[in-house]
Amino acid sequence: MEFPMSEWLENHLPKIVLAPSFIAVLVFVYGFIGWTAWVSLTRSKLLPKYEIKGFIQYEKLFASPRWDTAFENLFVFGALFIIIAMVVGLLLAIMLDQQIRTEGLIRTIYLYPMALSMIVTGTAWKWILNPGLGLEATIKGWGYNDFSFDWIVNSEMAIYTIVLAAVWQSSGFVMALFLAGLRSVDGEIIKAAQVDGIPTWRIYTAIIIPSMAPIFLSAFIVLSHLAIKSFDLVIALTGGGPGYSTDLPATYMYAMAFSRGDIGQAASSAMIMMLVVFTIVVPYLYSELRTKNDG
Amino acid sequence: MKFTAIAAISSIAITSATSAIAGPEAEVLHWWTSGGEAKSVAVLQKEFADNGGTWTDMPVAGGGGDAAMAALRARVLSGNAPTAVQLKGPAIQEWYEEGVLADISSVAEAQGWSAVLPASIAGHMKCEGSWCAAPVNVHRVDWIWANASVLEANGINMPSTWDEFNAAADKLQAAGIIPLAHGGQAWQDATVFEAVALGILGANGFHKAFVELDEETLTSDAMVAVFDQMRKMRGYVDPNFSGRDWNLATAMVMNGEAAFQIMGDWAKGEFMAAGKVPGEDFLCLSTPGEGFLYNVDSFAMFAVDGEDKTEGQNLLAELIVGQNFQKVFNLNKGSIPARTDVALDEFDSCAHISAADMSASSLSGSLLPSYAHGMALRGAQSGAITDVVTAHFNSDMSSSEAVVQLAKAVANSY
Amino acid sequence: MADLSFDQTQQSKFGKTTLRIILYVLLTLFALYYLLPLFVMVTTSLKSLEEIRTGSLIALPREITFDAWKIAWASACTGIQCEGLRPYFWNSVLLAVPAVLLSTLLGALNGYVVAQWRFRGANLIFSLMLFGCFIPFQVVLLPMARLLGLMGIAGTIPGLIFVHVIYGIGFTTLFFRNYYVTIPSELVKAAKVDGANFLRIFWSIFLPLSIPIIVVTVIWQFTQIWNDFLFGVSFSQAGTQPVTVALNNIVNSTTGVKEYNVDMAAAIIAALPTLLVYVVAGKYFIRGLTAGSVKG
Repeated sequence: MEFPMSEWLENHLPKIVLAPSFIAVLVFVYGFIGWTAWVSLTRSKLLPKYEIKGFIQYEKLFASPRWDTAFENLFVFGALFIIIAMVVGLLLAIMLDQQIRTEGLIRTIYLYPMALSMIVTGTAWKWILNPGLGLEATIKGWGYNDFSFDWIVNSEMAIYTIVLAAVWQSSGFVMALFLAGLRSVDGEIIKAAQVDGIPTWRIYTAIIIPSMAPIFLSAFIVLSHLAIKSFDLVIALTGGGPGYSTDLPATYMYAMAFSRGDIGQAASSAMIMMLVVFTIVVPYLYSELRTKNDG
Repeated sequence: MKFTAIAAISSIAITSATSAIAGPEAEVLHWWTSGGEAKSVAVLQKEFADNGGTWTDMPVAGGGGDAAMAALRARVLSGNAPTAVQLKGPAIQEWYEEGVLADISSVAEAQGWSAVLPASIAGHMKCEGSWCAAPVNVHRVDWIWANASVLEANGINMPSTWDEFNAAADKLQAAGIIPLAHGGQAWQDATVFEAVALGILGANGFHKAFVELDEETLTSDAMVAVFDQMRKMRGYVDPNFSGRDWNLATAMVMNGEAAFQIMGDWAKGEFMAAGKVPGEDFLCLSTPGEGFLYNVDSFAMFAVDGEDKTEGQNLLAELIVGQNFQKVFNLNKGSIPARTDVALDEFDSCAHISAADMSASSLSGSLLPSYAHGMALRGAQSGAITDVVTAHFNSDMSSSEAVVQLAKAVANSY
Repeated sequence: MADLSFDQTQQSKFGKTTLRIILYVLLTLFALYYLLPLFVMVTTSLKSLEEIRTGSLIALPREITFDAWKIAWASACTGIQCEGLRPYFWNSVLLAVPAVLLSTLLGALNGYVVAQWRFRGANLIFSLMLFGCFIPFQVVLLPMARLLGLMGIAGTIPGLIFVHVIYGIGFTTLFFRNYYVTIPSELVKAAKVDGANFLRIFWSIFLPLSIPIIVVTVIWQFTQIWNDFLFGVSFSQAGTQPVTVALNNIVNSTTGVKEYNVDMAAAIIAALPTLLVYVVAGKYFIRGLTAGSVKG
């Protein structure tokens, strides 16, 4: 096919092609973040109002014990989820890389949870984790009367059940990312290392894993995205409970906006959340893309 | 010229003919999506259709209306509000303040609503004097349900004071039966809390605390006593109560695992769906205390364009408060009609108790809106109170600390 | 493939077998962890309500019945209509297919530009676009509603497609960009020397090479869009609601009787398209990722 075009067009076409998406992102991501920032400075209740009234919403936010819990949970859950999902994903990928006979089947088993919506898988997990109905009851039924697994009904421990279910849902995807990376490492380097007598585990830690740094970036972005979006999961699994001990900023925001008719509060919590994400993600992105550029 | 005139006249004729054929229409946003609830709403749809109306259903389930509220906001902001929306309590007035509700006073006056609705309930349906919503039913929240045989086997009567309840509960615990079946979700904690509060604070105290949000009452010794009783209740539930759905708790009472449940009258539907007979298999009584906590479902009419839609709203409003719908819907749903002049012969014994109590409490001024179910306060305030209640229930917070937090949370929610 | 088969001169045969056994045991334990919820969901969907009420939730069904499945598909109540999930399936298809295709195409073009046509600021633009992956959807709900209303597409399928394409750009661009960056720039230089222009190079060189990454992107986007609930419920109205809204209505009824078997069956039915996509295209998924989508 021929696409004849003028000199000027040819030079500027890349920018022209990129422009619509970029403009869309400017408007629909940054523009909306700006809108949210504006609303967080107002006294909007049921519907947005635009009269700026100062930082009251933030004062109220920081005086709310429920927000304190939600905010703390963001770090606990976020850090644990991302780290554990990465470790599990990497571990599973390494195991699957060992030429397993039923690799296709096992890979599908690890990957399928991502395809399910949390609206109902949350209920299944809720039953499994409930001491009276699920795992604890079943294992006690087998005779192990000392077994106890009641995290989900315990205010201190419930957040870890969220991590458990979230890792279940996403680690398969991370595993797929890492497996591809493992498989694409240059075979020559490996053989050379083996000939040199370096033990297998050392080959993994010193050669293969470092060469997969870009995959860690993609995995990190995917997992952070899922951690922030973790709304359906929390609602289905614990409803934010016991009490509000498993509340997260996403559920706090939703409750404020839609059940409490307090959009100003929702906006301020959203801004704080975006700020946290910004301070963590931007440096990481910068360092990753900078090294990529040099390459 | 002639042609144009004829064409113009014919097109006008055709348009008016078409709009005459179109008739009243309504797009209805609600969250009655389960089998039983859907059947009840279908009654309204059929009546609407019988009167020439077209009903477009827009159901959004979940969370007692959270997802529906998200959808509603999006619809209102995009300039495309639904015709009628299932809204209740102060939320109706909140939306009115945004200027998006319609005025159905013409229907209300023509149908004489003021005469047949209890005063406090009628009050919820009005926005600054004009009518803006139509009530569907009256749910009673402060019920206590019990397994008849368990009570009999342990020689316990239905408690009429909280002390009696505690004594009965201790006896049951000793006998190895769970005294109170409870589901650890915030709204259920709030339901038990307000039932206890009504009993300990009395009707006036309840009104002061949860309608007027009087700080003195919120931090009073009586309120501390309410939290003390909640702490006791915490000891009467089984360890796995957290996150349990309300109907699973009802099942515990049904199969004798637990003796009591404090829950609104929709629990009756659960008992009856399992074939249990009120008075024989299960007992119903108001929770200890004087008063009646109501939860009224209603449809608010939103300001929409188009004659068809306004006609639809008026027709809908008329049918909702009509005798037939009020009877049939509530028979299916477990609540009682909002309309006081509906014959109750086909309703069961618990419904009769409810209706009698409703008129009595209306006369004595103890017919009170439920805070836990969004009738007494706006979302921000009731949510703030529930946060404290559920945090207290699920931790070892002291009662004195709880009342302090209660006052602070309310102050912080404005 | 990284061939790390244990060098036999280094490890004794006994050690090798032990490690192998440990490997398989670990794999099986993990498989159990992943399969447990599915097991609970499937067995529950095959039980009668009576059995669920009285039996243990993790036990196998005493009597297998497919009634729940039939109800979930064709007669479960999602409001006044009691027609199950079937009517909503088509809405989801109408919504997901164009949205996935559009966002994939845009991602391909964007990735191509950012990876191979380095102009000043390209990397900055890319980073800014990437940040769109992190915005929680609750934040954009209200302003988007207002904008969709102004554009006149609120409550329509095109409106939903629009929203999903916009918020998919970040990820699709990421995937394609990471992939195209591994294609040597000499290819482009040589093609330019041959007289090919921007679009020609994309069409004749990059697109044919992109099959694996297209599959990856399609799988990710399809899952996200098909399973989305928030946008689906807020930006649709009667007649355009996707299957997730119907599923929510079946599962989350507040004060009605809960039919857990129907709920589980409905959830599995709603997930079948995505499950199918994962199972069938799983192979291409790995191949697509292997072909350099995520390398530097």
